[in-house]
Amino acid sequence: NAEYMGVLVPVKRVVDYAVKVRVQADKKGVELANVKMSTNPFCEIALEEAVRMKEAGHVSEVIAVSLGPKGCQETIRTAMAIGADKGIHVQTDLRTDQELQPLAVAKLLKALVEKESPNLVLMGKQSIDDDSNQTSQLLAGLLKWPQATFAYKITVSADKKSLEVVRELDQGLQTVTLPLPSVISCDLRLNQPRYATLPNIMKARKKTIETLTPEQLKVDITPRLEYLSVEEPPVRAGGIKVETVDDLLSKLKNEAKVL
Amino acid sequence: ASTLVVAEHNNQALSSATLHAVAAASQLGGPVSVLVCGQGCDNVAKAAASIQGVSKVLLAQHPSLQHGLADAVAPTVAKVQRQLNATHIVAAATTFGKDLAPRVAVDLDVQPVADIISIKGEDTFQRPLYAGNALATVKSKDPVKVLTVRVTNFDKAPATGGSASVDAVEADVAPAAAQFQTQEVKQSDRPDLGSARVVVSGGRGLKDKANFAMLEKLADKLGGAVGASRAAVDAGYAANELQVGQTGKVVAPELYIAVGISGAIQHLAGMKDSKVIVAINKDAEAPIFQLADYGLVGDLFNVVPELTDKVDNFKSK
Repeated sequence: NAEYMGVLVPVKRVVDYAVKVRVQADKKGVELANVKMSTNPFCEIALEEAVRMKEAGHVSEVIAVSLGPKGCQETIRTAMAIGADKGIHVQTDLRTDQELQPLAVAKLLKALVEKESPNLVLMGKQSIDDDSNQTSQLLAGLLKWPQATFAYKITVSADKKSLEVVRELDQGLQTVTLPLPSVISCDLRLNQPRYATLPNIMKARKKTIETLTPEQLKVDITPRLEYLSVEEPPVRAGGIKVETVDDLLSKLKNEAKVL
Repeated sequence: ASTLVVAEHNNQALSSATLHAVAAASQLGGPVSVLVCGQGCDNVAKAAASIQGVSKVLLAQHPSLQHGLADAVAPTVAKVQRQLNATHIVAAATTFGKDLAPRVAVDLDVQPVADIISIKGEDTFQRPLYAGNALATVKSKDPVKVLTVRVTNFDKAPATGGSASVDAVEADVAPAAAQFQTQEVKQSDRPDLGSARVVVSGGRGLKDKANFAMLEKLADKLGGAVGASRAAVDAGYAANELQVGQTGKVVAPELYIAVGISGAIQHLAGMKDSKVIVAINKDAEAPIFQLADYGLVGDLFNVVPELTDKVDNFKSK
């Protein structure tokens, strides 16, 4: 079908951004037990963009994918309540902030791309747990598809064969033309994600989620990086309060010697 | 070790991020080569050759490499790694390096190590997780290590004193790739946020985009750059390229002045390694004060203009 345009959106389940994480006593990782989990904020932006593209008539199907333990089903349900048509869960009990590493994730996603044949993969630029900012680039490389990272604005061309993507670089904004199929990673300002409404949450409960395993997808997810230890960062000793601007300037000049 | 550093540049000048990357590469031991991919960038190759600690510069020039897009550049990096049999590939953890390094790693079937803050050994590195709220020490089991390094955690290698050879290499051109259209060129006399000696950042307390002009004045007096918290960016007060934090830039200037910034974890992750931190906020309970060397509780709309007026009287001659 020449008109079909599918978008695959990975949604990662992470420790909620508002939680102050604690390192485990055994220094093997941060504490995940009894901690509030949510969808990674950058993945929410990617999903929102895909749903908007569908609402604008550019996209025929949005497929939400989550990789990790059973709880990911909840993340997929939320994505379906936002507007994903279909959900796939690849189940593994590896810690998704340390042991299920970006290269393995990219290989699993590649297998799903081959199974589902989307024209576009839209994903967050980084997850706020592992902070690697790698998976979209790794996936694009594995697929040998073009990539546009740090998307600020995405426009579909008239013939739907390419996209114009404005990227946020350290130096400012850059515009590229991206032939499809391709992979895009989404930055902060691309859009403002919506909340799921109650009726849509109820409807999403009835949708089915396909569950797969890395073995079924024939992907080796053995970690390549060994985590030797995870520690708390050194605490910065607080300083003093000053009363006036003159006090402040005098301290900066005479004590800190930075003026 | 034998390390290949990928240079970052705009075809005219070498970015200072590359100097930090070379310094990190030097810590790995063994020779350090620098690969310059671009078009019409002979001057960049010359600059790379004079960095202290660089033994060889490789220069790949092709129209497709002009804009430093990862799809186009990655195959040449992988090819040069094979030619040199390099054990490590290093790039700065800038938008350029983050875009490129994973794409190179895929060619070598390697899990890259992102944003490293210290080097413990040839295969062991420290990197932040959870916006720097945890620091992980990781050991790479891959035959080639692909690393991006956080520039604020490595000193700059001296830009002069080296005398490396420059050898041309042929580019390996990628077939399907993103095509460059335009780039907004920022016109600013202010120093770059990532390398400025002083950074003056504003948060939601600024209340309006126009009020950032106040911070610009102060920054100009101090020869500094202007930054912003994510809250200020989200509110539309500042451009995202000014964002300091986990999802923006990580900075570590000599002096960081946080104005109207409460101090969300995500912001602190981007500035807590600054040498001296000043916080100006009307809320005495704001978390930023726990971290600041000097805190001033007050209305920023009075404090900042006064600071700007008086700073010249205190500046070292």
